[in-house]
Amino acid sequence: MLTCESLMLQQGSFSLQADIAFAKGKATALIGPSGAGKSTLLAAIAGFLAPVSGRLLWDQGDLSNLPPGKRPVSMLFQDNNLFPHLSAAQNVGLGLRPDLRLSEQQKSKVAAALTDVGLDGFSERKPSALSGGQQSRVALARVLVADRAIVLLDEPFAALGPALKDEMLDLVRSKLIAASKTVIMVTHDPADARRIAEMSALVAEGAVQPPVATNVLLDNPPQELADYLG
Amino acid sequence: MAHSAVPVTSRWPGVAAAALVLVLTLGTLGAVAWRAEWGGGLAAADWAAIRFTVLQALLSAFFSVVLAIPVARALARRRFRGRSLLITLLGAPFLLPVIVAVLGLLAIFGRGGIVNEGLEWLGLEPISIFGLHGVVLAHVFFNMPLAVRFILQGWLSIPAERFRLAASLNAPVGRLLEWPMLRAVVPSTFLVIFLICLTSFAVALTMGGGPRATTIELAIYQAVRFDFDLGRAALLACIQFGLCVVAAVLAWRVTGNDPMGSGMDRVVQRWDVARWGADYAIIICAALFLLLPLAMIILRGLPGIFDMPGTIWVAALRSVFVALGSSALCVVMCLALALRGGAMVSVIGVMPLAASGLVVGTGAFLLVFPFTRPSDVALFVTMLVNATLALPFALRSVAPAVGQVQADYGRLAMSLNLSGWSWMRLVVLPRVRRPLGFAAGLAAALSMGDLGVIALFAGQSEETLPLAMYRLMGAYRMDAAASAALLLVALSLALFWICDRGGRADADM
Repeated sequence: MLTCESLMLQQGSFSLQADIAFAKGKATALIGPSGAGKSTLLAAIAGFLAPVSGRLLWDQGDLSNLPPGKRPVSMLFQDNNLFPHLSAAQNVGLGLRPDLRLSEQQKSKVAAALTDVGLDGFSERKPSALSGGQQSRVALARVLVADRAIVLLDEPFAALGPALKDEMLDLVRSKLIAASKTVIMVTHDPADARRIAEMSALVAEGAVQPPVATNVLLDNPPQELADYLG
Repeated sequence: MAHSAVPVTSRWPGVAAAALVLVLTLGTLGAVAWRAEWGGGLAAADWAAIRFTVLQALLSAFFSVVLAIPVARALARRRFRGRSLLITLLGAPFLLPVIVAVLGLLAIFGRGGIVNEGLEWLGLEPISIFGLHGVVLAHVFFNMPLAVRFILQGWLSIPAERFRLAASLNAPVGRLLEWPMLRAVVPSTFLVIFLICLTSFAVALTMGGGPRATTIELAIYQAVRFDFDLGRAALLACIQFGLCVVAAVLAWRVTGNDPMGSGMDRVVQRWDVARWGADYAIIICAALFLLLPLAMIILRGLPGIFDMPGTIWVAALRSVFVALGSSALCVVMCLALALRGGAMVSVIGVMPLAASGLVVGTGAFLLVFPFTRPSDVALFVTMLVNATLALPFALRSVAPAVGQVQADYGRLAMSLNLSGWSWMRLVVLPRVRRPLGFAAGLAAALSMGDLGVIALFAGQSEETLPLAMYRLMGAYRMDAAASAALLLVALSLALFWICDRGGRADADM
């Protein structure tokens, strides 16, 4: 269980309140209008934004004071998920050892992860020699080898075409959700939520609502969500 | 617990570098003031020097920047054979030892120079180069190429994706991309050159004429050298420091954030560049203005290059040693400060620009005098002082690049637990290689040609190449001096080229 206990977040004049729990090993979508604070919540879970008050708990342990790299969290951002001067294999390798001094065993683990996401033979390519979808796959391969319990997706596939985006979401389901990762994803698109997220939480008007089953939320949306979905 | 938005690195290197800069700038000034016997205030001549200093610095900065913009624009838009060589050569005047460059300018614009011979042939009055216009001309010669390099880096920092976007929108590239970039780059470039010209010494010494064209730094020199009036020297140094601090604070305030984001490092392709004639005409004019004086030095120095006394070659070796040490020291300090970031570092980074080289030298002399014979540590102190004096230029090129890396990849690195030396080795160093190579080359060349500090310390056995060249000129061995000048130029440029090249090699990764 990942618990936001009376979490109060503030960024400039914007503030967000979260008092919710995310079920372990399940995918939860954060859905709501632009600027409602979906990314702010992810930044707080990842450790980039210190809460004004409240605690962040994982298995009863307090994450609030851990720096981002020490949390059991992997994150994919909207952009700049790869270092342009490093090869695909090196970018993935960073998930295993941040100093890239990889053992033979770790190197084969990297190769296996690249194969796993359908990039066999691309390991020496730099990101600029890869397509957008392939770049996303490299980033996913890194999340796979890092093997952390929580995965945060801040719309990393927003720039991809619909077919490609669905493909990436299916990869998330088959590789991450199937491996019992706790996935929290930000999305604008109810179809994304229906596709992979069992639970969904509405973020609107400065607060995060408790997660409910995605179908229930989307089939009978509350007023704020109905306004947003149109 | 609040977390900063950049990966953690040790804070001690930055603190140590900042402390060293403070000791060498404010500490040395304090040492001079401490030993001074305070007499009367400033004379009328001192006030005239202050007015002249500000006027020539304003004019020099204005002409340097105004002339640099079309040149940088032409170079940013055109690809031609020899372009990279030309860009390296455009960096040459700034790297030239001042006295060598003045020699070259005199060969063109001086009494017996090419321009006056042409005027005479046409039956016109010859022009005199000495005075305000001569000082401004020499400063433009030195600083216009620097402005071109800064503004060109601004142009190249606009990602290829933006040009592509503008082309597809059929939007005016000038207003959409270039104007915002210039607005961010030009004011700070202007103020940096204004600052450089404020503390100008050798140019005013050689191109200025008498009391009507004396800079503050020259007045300090006269106070120390002829009157040994440390009190007046310290007072003038404080005024110079004050002027520079005002300019530096302005520079810091006008340095806007780079409005361009990061691109994927592809080579820039342009769609908006139809007229090529004007661009090439501008490039040729700039190249002639900057390269002709260099050509004159080669012409005069080449015949005797192998007839120089052996002591010259030993001095050259010593100079290379000092330059390499100074460059390494400067790069380490620069990276340490750039990684710390923040307003305090910006202020400390430009402080050496405000310091008087002569006061730093005199102050360092007074600081080490109780402990050891100054000539014993002359080379090491020279290394240290040169590294510090080159620091503002190094930081100007490296700090924005480091800031950009932190902004673009800080969060990603933190979420990967990438910090400390790994963050430096895997991300920062590869991504700032280009400006870092430029900075290393700049520091090496500036140190190679420096005369100020070493002249205050060295005996015969610590002689560097510029000092040896001066002594040859003092002995009226002009042919040997011209050859030494050529050797000095060749070594300075070679050091710069090797470092700068090292940073650029397959930089479009």
